Amino acid sequence: MAHEREGAGSSATKATLKIWRADAEVAGSGELVAYEVETYPGMVVLDAIHAVQAKQAPDLAVRWNCKAGRCGSCSAEINGKPKLLCMTRMSTFAPAEPIVVTPMKTWPLIKDLVTDVSHNYRVAKKIPPFAPRPRDADGRWRMQQEDIDRIQEFRKCIECFLCQDVCHVLRDHHETEEFVGPRFLIHLATLDMHPLDTVDRRPMIKDEFGIGYCNITRCCTEVCPEHIVLTDNGIIPLKERVADDFYDPLRWIARKLFPPKHKKRLPVLPDAEPARPLGVPAPANRAETVDAEE
Amino acid sequence: MADKVVRLPVVDGLGNTLRKDNWWVGPLVTFSVLSGFVVYATLRAFEGAHYAWGPYLSPLASPYFETRDLGVPLLTPAILILPFPGLFRFTCYYYRKAYYRAFALTPPACAVGGRAQGHYNGERKLLVFQNLHRYALYFALLFLVFLWHDFAKSLSWEGELGLGVGSLVIFLNCAFLTLYTTSCHSFRHLVGGSVDSYSTAPLGALRFRLWSAVSRLNVDHMAFAWISLAGVVLCDVYIRSVATGAIQDVRLL
Ligand code: SF4
Ligand code: SF4
Ligand code: FES
Ligand code: FES
Repeated sequence: MAHEREGAGSSATKATLKIWRADAEVAGSGELVAYEVETYPGMVVLDAIHAVQAKQAPDLAVRWNCKAGRCGSCSAEINGKPKLLCMTRMSTFAPAEPIVVTPMKTWPLIKDLVTDVSHNYRVAKKIPPFAPRPRDADGRWRMQQEDIDRIQEFRKCIECFLCQDVCHVLRDHHETEEFVGPRFLIHLATLDMHPLDTVDRRPMIKDEFGIGYCNITRCCTEVCPEHIVLTDNGIIPLKERVADDFYDPLRWIARKLFPPKHKKRLPVLPDAEPARPLGVPAPANRAETVDAEE
Repeated sequence: MADKVVRLPVVDGLGNTLRKDNWWVGPLVTFSVLSGFVVYATLRAFEGAHYAWGPYLSPLASPYFETRDLGVPLLTPAILILPFPGLFRFTCYYYRKAYYRAFALTPPACAVGGRAQGHYNGERKLLVFQNLHRYALYFALLFLVFLWHDFAKSLSWEGELGLGVGSLVIFLNCAFLTLYTTSCHSFRHLVGGSVDSYSTAPLGALRFRLWSAVSRLNVDHMAFAWISLAGVVLCDVYIRSVATGAIQDVRLL
């Protein structure tokens, strides 16, 4: 649609947003609706959406909180790419082209740009938590900077779940129960590499958490707004560690001949785990496998 | 379920995306270059000749084993050798990304619908052997020794020290293959990545330093993968060309 520019002297420029409007309560709803907004220097896509909300569509749903790239609430897809709405400047788009804003594809849509990401919180609960070794005699825990350097990168995560959204295992193949996804693989890497931790989560990383589903195609790394190099620094090292324990025949022989002195213990899984009630064979099998190998 | 009735902006299916950029360029380039390399290496493997000239030996047939007297049909010195570097690259974490995207289309690009909907197994079933990349690495490290030895030999012209353009080509090839091999993820794990607590592990300080050095190289593993691939081809083309007489090697010293 042709649009009339304002007269010379006005600095206002306009941009068109095409925003996905849908309501999970309304069957058959879901369409791209175009809105025009005035832009200004420094404007981000979330500002533009707020402008639409203020003047044209008060019922437009968008989740946000900090507007500073810290809270990870405003994840969506802009021109098909998973991004934070509050960290994407309007000036990065050609003014003539409409900017298409859609909700994250991987999660169930609630309304407009808001999706239900609670699956991720359920996954987080399945991961056996950090369990440090006993304190030293003087009551302290000791570790050195070089021991912890590597995992500090992963602690930058703001849980925006953009990596989970883009990961094709979840996005295309919907293996949400078989595969924890990149955000949780780097969390597992944090725990596995931790100098003080005492739990061996590798059997779970291989089986329940499904690291084998990841084919290291690196999309998680491409979209992470915190620039965490998930694949190269987290997932691949974790794959190597799993290979040490489960796939490497020489390591297996070495373990037989020289059993490791400081073995991590297998996790004690919570009794009330709803997804796996007591008596279901998975944990027992896992313990047996490991005993047989060590 | 609510999400069954609501329409979605992107649906599943190969190539489905709202991306507006030319996302298909990357995989197309990867597809073309890797296919080109495979075709070239296959032709050279079956050619069975022109692997060496003067003191030079092509990386495609190093270490050199004469196969003519074995009487095995189609066997050439290059066919004996190529599986080792071939498997190293095939199981390389970087090349895996490259061909899973460009050849397997799982997915072709980020946020673009992938192939194999409903029967995707990742690296769990057929591809579980990728977990043994480290063994390909061990051979690759051994082959580096052979290749540097070839470089040393290329400086010896009937017992006299000499230097031709061929030696420079071989040197560059060795240098980039060394960078490619030592920036490998499995190498990073091997030299120190497997350690959880450097301050208390045996040789922890040394392993931390090695791991840090390999980590720095590892950042450019993709670049080394492509440069060294081109290097191998150029080195082989050069040696083949002087061996067939298409060009003359220039002696510098
Ligand atoms: S690298 Fe692995 S975890 Fe990351 S997006 Fe790709 S498949 Fe998913
Ligand atoms: S790893 Fe990056 S993309 Fe994934 S949830 Fe954390 S901050 Fe977001
Ligand atoms: S609103 Fe907090 S990250 Fe965008
Ligand atoms: S050679 Fe690429 S990861 Fe090992």
